[in-house]
Amino acid sequence: MAGVSTLAMWLLCLLRSGYSASDEYFIFSWLSVWLELIPKNLMSFVEYSEFIKEGDVVIIFLGHESMMPIKVEAGAQTQTRYGAIRHSSDLIGRRFGSKVTCSKGGWVYVLHPTPELWTVNLPHRTQILYSTDIANITLMLDLKPGSVVCESGTGSGSLSHAILRTIAPSGHLHTVEFHAQRAEKAAQEFRDHKVAHLVTVRNQDVCKEGFGVVGVADAVFLDIPSPWEAIVHAKKAFKRKGGRLCSFSPCIEQVQRTCETLLEQGFGEICTLEVLQRVHDVRSVTMPLVYLGPEDGGPESAKMTTDPAAEEARPVANPGYQSVTCRTATPPREMAGHTGYLTFATKPRG
Amino acid sequence: MADPLGVESDEEECRICEGEYVVLKRGEVYKSVQVEKRKKVIFEKQWIFMDNAVGQLYGSTFEVDSGGILNLRKPKQDEDSTDNKEAGLDNRHIVDDGKSQKLTRDDIESLKEQGLKGQEIIQQLIDNSTTFKDKTEFAQEKYIKKKKKKYESNVTVLKPSCRILAMMYHGREPGKICHLRYDTLAHMLTMGNIHAGSKIIVFETCAGLVLGSVMERMGGHGSVVQMYPGGGPVRAGMESFGFPSHFHETLHEFPLCKVNALLSGTLNLDEKDMDSQSEEGSSEPQSMEVSLDPAEAKKREEREKLREQKAQEKKAKLEEKRKRLAAAAALLEGRNADGLVIASRFSPCSALLCLLKFVAPSRPFVVYCQYREPLIECYTKLREQGGAISLRLTDSWLRHYQVLPNRTHPVLLMSGGGGYLLSGITVASAASGAQQKSSEPAAKRIKLDEITSTADSSA
Repeated sequence: MAGVSTLAMWLLCLLRSGYSASDEYFIFSWLSVWLELIPKNLMSFVEYSEFIKEGDVVIIFLGHESMMPIKVEAGAQTQTRYGAIRHSSDLIGRRFGSKVTCSKGGWVYVLHPTPELWTVNLPHRTQILYSTDIANITLMLDLKPGSVVCESGTGSGSLSHAILRTIAPSGHLHTVEFHAQRAEKAAQEFRDHKVAHLVTVRNQDVCKEGFGVVGVADAVFLDIPSPWEAIVHAKKAFKRKGGRLCSFSPCIEQVQRTCETLLEQGFGEICTLEVLQRVHDVRSVTMPLVYLGPEDGGPESAKMTTDPAAEEARPVANPGYQSVTCRTATPPREMAGHTGYLTFATKPRG
Repeated sequence: MADPLGVESDEEECRICEGEYVVLKRGEVYKSVQVEKRKKVIFEKQWIFMDNAVGQLYGSTFEVDSGGILNLRKPKQDEDSTDNKEAGLDNRHIVDDGKSQKLTRDDIESLKEQGLKGQEIIQQLIDNSTTFKDKTEFAQEKYIKKKKKKYESNVTVLKPSCRILAMMYHGREPGKICHLRYDTLAHMLTMGNIHAGSKIIVFETCAGLVLGSVMERMGGHGSVVQMYPGGGPVRAGMESFGFPSHFHETLHEFPLCKVNALLSGTLNLDEKDMDSQSEEGSSEPQSMEVSLDPAEAKKREEREKLREQKAQEKKAKLEEKRKRLAAAAALLEGRNADGLVIASRFSPCSALLCLLKFVAPSRPFVVYCQYREPLIECYTKLREQGGAISLRLTDSWLRHYQVLPNRTHPVLLMSGGGGYLLSGITVASAASGAQQKSSEPAAKRIKLDEITSTADSSA
């Protein structure tokens, strides 16, 4: 029954979104809806599961800032610097979050995939958006379950996964990528990650052909070199009641042109901001105490004055006594100082 | 089934109805109110009656007249009223003698009393300013903008969202939300992987804003257990979101003072609530008043009846509360929550270490604190104890930009700090230990049939 109603829903989507027959990715994702219906309760990027199954994508946590994503296949092996992981015995059937001992005796943790873990592990095909910007984009675009979002370009799919997580189970993402190979790779990833039923990948130029949908979007996101050329298409993609738009640009000149176009096109609440995240390193630091000489009238004063050599040697001779240790957190020596400017705007009803 | 494109519900969703929670916006100032007819609301030093907003579309802008009545503004009533092309090139001849404005304060007051619109007052001010035409184009624009802010009283009525409410609280009452800035809140929701279908534990003393934000991201799918200190959960901020009723069915609450009992398996659900008992006691002396008057006696009888009724209601309430407690306990007992979010004024360390026991392995958690040092303590303790990896202590900077032709620069004032976050991922702590713990008969005292029945009814 669920299958039938989902089919009906998707046929409805096809009709409403002005489906064009040349759109192969759309059919791909449409077919995968059917495939998705058969094995229920599999791990996915939008649904937690307890145990690892064949076909899952898991994140192997090797240590601080060292992780790798792997696809679980019966009989397969994955080499790590701690030795091999045998999928059949070490992964399948194990609980996510367990410690797995590798062949050389070292151990790793196997983690459930999340969009945030994917962001730091995905294969780069382009420059990607990181969680700091993604978090603010998600909040400022008012994304929530059920939202319909248009995005371009798809790039490496870092933001796409985060959007899908947030809009599931009833929302939809229409993502446009003009690079054919990247579009195909992204579509493949969405299938692997069992989120293909929530996304339509279109291989076209958003500046010329738009998003391929009209009157459906609650939010539009642009990460392209000339966002001002896509704003007129973005405007058409919005629902009649309007919605929120975001454009990500590294250069202020791009922001300038985008804001001018947004104003011309009747967008309101235009706001440009920048967010930077600092990761603090927690550690103990030890600082030596300065020696200010004997305190006035203290019992040591007589001894000290008679032996100036001992006074000189004192800080070196007894460092343990003369230092303080505290737990602190220090900002990194170097950090990402700029990713891009985020320009937000509201498309009013119209 | 939810309409995936939301076209049909589009129109209905956007009309303002009586009883709904909305957010008023004027300039950059927000205020959350519930729409009620014939009720005065104060916003930006103005009395407002919301009556005329009912039935209008969300996002509509109204002009407030002197009686506080909202008048719908036409959407295409835009600013381009300043066609005076005359402008100076620099300010070398502009002298600040305090006499450039020919209108006195009294003149302006009388203009206002005449009921002149904001736009008209501003035009009067421009006409009576001797220096206006000598100002540069940019300075003229700035002058008009400043006056508009003062004399034009346009109020926009918005549908509440996490973004709007987080900005509102941060602007109006940062103390109530532990100075949690909206970009930090955004991080919490993202780092916590908050999404539909999960089971999330929330402990917050941010007026219910964090709770509401989590609920918005879950869209009524899954469950939220709010851990509360003191007598009851605070939810004012959550109420302002105006969630549909089925969202509330996914919300549970559990008192923090019973967490240790739950963990040790000694939680007794039949236990009478201490405070309600004392309340009953305090109402006793009133009925001891003796009166011989028959009319008075009748009244007393009625009063007695009423009291009985109240007692009955109270009993029902207590029973309901007990059921809810049992349901929340059942949710927590599985120790398989999908996430933990903490944002409170309390020292986070003990709460974090304790509440993490309810979270399944391989799930994210995130702790907010206005200060850095308590999170350093959490970090250190977690490292010692194990059971968590990928620990990160972060904070973020938020910078706004003014983007205007030839006048683009960062906004002069920025927020000094939006608080700190500690995030991480749970893992199974030392395999054998974890197994032992989970095989222990935890909280067997809760009657199982009861739990399942209440859990079913609330699911």
